[in-house]
Amino acid sequence: MGAEFVALSLSPLLIGVLAAVTCALPGNFLLLRRQALIGDAISHVVLPGIVVAFLLTGRVAALPMMLGAAGAALVSVALIEAVRRTARIEAGAAMGVIFTTLFAAGVLLLEQSDTSGVHLDVEHALYGNLESLIWLDATGWASLFDPVALAGLPPELPRMAVALLIVGLAIGLMWRPLAIATFDEGFAATLGLPVRAIGLALVMLAALAAVAAFDAVGSIIVIAMFICPPAAARMMTDRLAAQVAWSVGFAILSAILGYVLAGYGPLWLGFANSVSAAGMIATVSGLILGLAMLLGPCRHPAGAAAAP
Amino acid sequence: MVQPLVPPQNTTRPQGATAPKVTPPPALEVAGLTVAYGEKPVVFSVDMTVAQGTMTAIVGPNGAGKSTLLKAVLGLVKPLSGDVRLFGQTLNRARDRVAYVPQRASVDWDFPARVIDVVLMGLHRELGLLGRVRPAHLDRARACLARVGMEDFATRQIGQLSGGQQQRVFLARALAQAADLYLLDEPFAGVDAATEKAIIAVLKDLRAEGRTIVAVHHDLSTIRAYFEEMFLINTRAIAAGPVADVFTSANLQRAYGGRLGEAQVAGMQAAGGAAP
Repeated sequence: MGAEFVALSLSPLLIGVLAAVTCALPGNFLLLRRQALIGDAISHVVLPGIVVAFLLTGRVAALPMMLGAAGAALVSVALIEAVRRTARIEAGAAMGVIFTTLFAAGVLLLEQSDTSGVHLDVEHALYGNLESLIWLDATGWASLFDPVALAGLPPELPRMAVALLIVGLAIGLMWRPLAIATFDEGFAATLGLPVRAIGLALVMLAALAAVAAFDAVGSIIVIAMFICPPAAARMMTDRLAAQVAWSVGFAILSAILGYVLAGYGPLWLGFANSVSAAGMIATVSGLILGLAMLLGPCRHPAGAAAAP
Repeated sequence: MVQPLVPPQNTTRPQGATAPKVTPPPALEVAGLTVAYGEKPVVFSVDMTVAQGTMTAIVGPNGAGKSTLLKAVLGLVKPLSGDVRLFGQTLNRARDRVAYVPQRASVDWDFPARVIDVVLMGLHRELGLLGRVRPAHLDRARACLARVGMEDFATRQIGQLSGGQQQRVFLARALAQAADLYLLDEPFAGVDAATEKAIIAVLKDLRAEGRTIVAVHHDLSTIRAYFEEMFLINTRAIAAGPVADVFTSANLQRAYGGRLGEAQVAGMQAAGGAAP
C-alpha cells in the first residue's frame, strides 16, 4: 500500500497542493483589488502562448512553452490595459474580451497545426494531466532518500515548488506596500510607493503561478484557485494576514480532498472509473466557498451591520 | 526612539521681533497648473500660494476641479502643464512633509484590516519594507487615534465603522505621518456633527502648532467659522485670500455662475459671521 501510494499518488498530490497554494497566494490580492478575473484571463491566454511556442520550436519542451505562455500573459495584460484605456470598456469586460479572443485563437491554432503526435489538446489545456504525473522510480517511502529514484520525479514537481518559492518570497517581501496600495492606491502613491510597479509585479506573479500550474494541472484549477480559496478565506476573518493563511489552508484542503475524491469517490459510489482530479479539486474549492458563504463568521459584507 | 508627536520641521509661527527676518517659502506654490481629463480641462492655468501655518479652504461648485487640484499637487494626476512647489521644493523632495487625506468613498472599507492597521499605514516611511511594528509604533498610532477620539476602536474591523468614524481614522492615519502640510479632500462630507466638531478641533490644533492645512470644502455656511484663507475655483482660479475678503456675493456668483441667490449668500455670510 505504502509503495503504491508513493509511486502513484504522492507526486500528483504534492503537485496539486503546490499548484493550489501558488495560485491562491496572489489570488488574495487580485480579489481585494477587484482583479480576480485577471487570473482567469492569464490562465486562458496561456494556451495560445504554448501553441505558438510549439509551432516555433516543433517540440513539446518545458522551457520554450513556459516562455511562450509567459509572453502570452504579458501580451494579454498589455492588451487589457490598451482596450480599457482606448475603448472606454470597463476593466472586467476588457479582460473578458481579451481572454476569450486569445483562447479561441489558441484553439484555432491548435486545430490547424499538426499536434496529433504530441500530447497537446484542448482537454489537456483545461484539465491538465495530474493523474499521469506519477513517480515510477519510487519503490516506497525510502525512495524519498534515494537520489537515483528522486531523479525520476516528474519535472513538474520541482518546477511547481520553485514557482511557489518565488511567489511566496515576493509576496512576503512586498507585503506592506502591496497591502497599502491594495487598500488605498492614492494614499500609497503619496507615500512615494511605486503603485504601478506594485500592481504589475502582482500580475506577473499571478502569471508565473498560472503558467507553472497550467502545464501540470490545467487552467480549471488555476482559475478556481485564484478565486475560491481567497474568497472563502475572506469570510473567515477580517485581517489580511489571517485571510492569506486561511486561503492557503483552503487551497491545501481542496487539493488533497479533491484528489482523493476523484480517485476513490466514484468507486465508493459504485462506478467503475475515477474522475478528473483537476475537475474534482476545482469542484471541492467551490464547495468550500459555498460553505464559507453559509457559515463563515465574517460572511456579511462589512457596513451592513453599521447603519449610519 | 519614537516620540508621540513630532514638532513641525520648520516652525513658522511669528517668533517675535528677535527672530531673524527670513521669509519661509510658502507651504504650497502652484503656477500655471492645467489638468485635463481627455479633451476637457478640469483645472485651467491655476496659480495658488499657501503660506505656512495657515488654514485654507478650496471652494467651488461640483466639477470645479477642487479634488483634481489637490491630486495634481500630490502627483496623483499628471498635469498638462504647470509647476508645483512644496516648501520651495519639488514633490519628491518634500514628500515626507506632506500628508493626504483622500475622500472617504475612494476606498473599499470592506478591506480586511483593523482600525489600528490603517493608522499604522501612516508610519510606513519609518517602518520601511520589512521593519517590524514595535510597541512604540503602536503607542504612536494609538495616540493619533486618541486625538480624533477613536482610541476605543483600535481593534475594530474598518467596515464596521460609521462614515464619520471612517473619516476620523483617515485623519488619524495622516496624523501618524507627522507632516507639516495636510491636504484633505472633503473631510466633512457626509459625517455626523460630532465628527465634524472633532475634525475641526484637530485641524485647528495642527494649525496652532504651525502646520499648514488645505482642505477641499463644500459647505459654504461653515467657511467663516472654520477657515481663515479661501481659494475660490471654477476650473480657473476665481479669487484667493482671507475669507473676510474673498467670501463676497460677487465672488461666489462668479464661481457658482448664478446658481446661488443673493439672499442665500447673504444668509450664509450672516451665519458665518455669527460664529466665533
